[in-house]
Amino acid sequence: MPSQLTRAGLWLLLICMLLAVPHGLSFSQQEILVFLTINVLVVTSYRLLALTGEWSLGHVVIMGVGAYASALASKELGIAVPVAMITGALTAALVAFGLSYPLFRMKGFYFLIGSFAAGEIIRLLWKRFRDPFGGPKGIKKIEPMPDFDIVIWRFDFFEPVSYYYFCLVVVGLSLWIMWRIEKSPLGLTFHAIHWQDKLAESAGINVRAYKTLAFVIASGFSGLAGALLAHYIGTINPNSFDLEQMVFVLTWTIVGGTATFFGPILGCAALVILNEIVLREFGFEQGRPLIYGFVLILSVLFLPRGLEGLLQDFTGALRGRGRQGSRQ
Amino acid sequence: MIELLAQTGLNSLYAAAYLSLVAVGLVLIFGVMGVINFAHGELFMLGAYVVVALYSGFGVPYILVAAIGLIFVGCIGILMEFTIFRPLRDSPLGGLVASIGFLLIAQALVSMGFGVRMEHVPPVTQEVIVFSEKVRLPLQRLFVILAAVMFLSLLWIFLRRTRFGWALRASAQDAEAAALQGISIRQTSLIAMFVGAGLAGIAGVLTAPLISVGPHMGHAVIVAAFIVIIVGGIGSLEGAIVASVAYAFIHTIVTTFWDGVIADITGLSLMLLVLIVRPTGLFGTTDRA
Repeated sequence: MPSQLTRAGLWLLLICMLLAVPHGLSFSQQEILVFLTINVLVVTSYRLLALTGEWSLGHVVIMGVGAYASALASKELGIAVPVAMITGALTAALVAFGLSYPLFRMKGFYFLIGSFAAGEIIRLLWKRFRDPFGGPKGIKKIEPMPDFDIVIWRFDFFEPVSYYYFCLVVVGLSLWIMWRIEKSPLGLTFHAIHWQDKLAESAGINVRAYKTLAFVIASGFSGLAGALLAHYIGTINPNSFDLEQMVFVLTWTIVGGTATFFGPILGCAALVILNEIVLREFGFEQGRPLIYGFVLILSVLFLPRGLEGLLQDFTGALRGRGRQGSRQ
Repeated sequence: MIELLAQTGLNSLYAAAYLSLVAVGLVLIFGVMGVINFAHGELFMLGAYVVVALYSGFGVPYILVAAIGLIFVGCIGILMEFTIFRPLRDSPLGGLVASIGFLLIAQALVSMGFGVRMEHVPPVTQEVIVFSEKVRLPLQRLFVILAAVMFLSLLWIFLRRTRFGWALRASAQDAEAAALQGISIRQTSLIAMFVGAGLAGIAGVLTAPLISVGPHMGHAVIVAAFIVIIVGGIGSLEGAIVASVAYAFIHTIVTTFWDGVIADITGLSLMLLVLIVRPTGLFGTTDRA
């Protein structure tokens, strides 16, 4: 085990790297960095739900609920943007709480199909009701984050670098909270529900209540990610949160692996970087769904433990422990 | 009012016809292989694009296009069986996720080959059967209805009267016991995939001249098919057909009196309701989840 000091040093190094990263990049790459940071929050919150063993196909729609709520709160009600974002997150959590009643009567792929149906209903409601959701065209001209100064640094949130730092703080804080949750007795209960739901139930754990809790927390953070996205891009519509986006999130999570906290983050970062560097370089951006389709199939077939599994094997081999020991 | 109802009835009969072809294929694949094929709507879409390529493109006779569409999409189904469902036999959720990957690939390839804009297939026939002033049935829609009845009857005969059908039903009931009786699970899976995919493909071929064809058209179809198989009871062929008719009727009526989006919301809510109240579906008997 690394000592406290080296640990602190590693964290410091990581933070310095994260702060330095945008300065070596072009404007469009900086924008991608902002999206990547937001998506890290999406996949990490998705994993929190996956901890209980349920795979949802409605997570991106829930993210959209946060985006719509935050956009409407700031636009229609004139609430300050940071407060609107929190409103968005809370709305997403509340909607998830409402949905949990029907959805957690199912499990396995009934849950998968049910969450898909629930998500589609929400998306169709956005499409149908022009007032207040703006119909198929969605909401435009969403209030951006207001500028502010900290000592010498002026935060102009049209600048991707500034917004990146803002997202870094929000996402970092959210990840820390989710990390604490997973390491708490609550997180252990989630794991127990995943691996032995019948046993957990007979041990007196209210499985449904805990699943609901995981779903509500995950949805709250997903809604927060949606709010961060909405106030950055300034325009959202029902298609911003469609099945294709959901499949991207699913792919990141599966490619990364869900056994550890960092798996989905790894998957998300690896695929986005691959996507932006390789595809953009070759002018093959429309090929993104194609690549994702292949990556998804190949990782389900050949990487059942995801990239994190590969990484564990690799570091395990370095330490001379071989392949065993890293298996769940 | 009677006329309006009669017209709505005809419209929903047509919708039920192609929907039941798609849903029955989905149920067949689920029954034999225990996996939900999320890319089933894309098989429908591929069938429609066979018409775009051959019929609008080269003017191949429509009946020949239909045969080619059936076989082509059936072979795509076999390809899926080989590449994703067979290796993932032990994890139904893995198979479902992999089929989502296949969905993306199919959409992307078609978008690259044909572009993302909507294609309009020239009508095969312009003739309309006129029952009265307000009740009419385009001949092409009648084709769809008749073809659906024909294919579903053929499927019924195939399942009830042939050795293959017998093997298929046996492995749907209990794969292990069927294997012990000398039924090749690989072979039945291949047949189920070919037939299931082929039915989706022929549905796409039949409806292509009546709707606008685009790479993302499969989405609406798979959503409707999910509703139908959940309501009808996942794994029940009869349930899927009855639910198709019921769903098409409700959907058409709501579309006529309100609008299409409300109709979609109604359908999805109905499905959620069934999932909550009776997860085995209205006709299902066993809970396989």
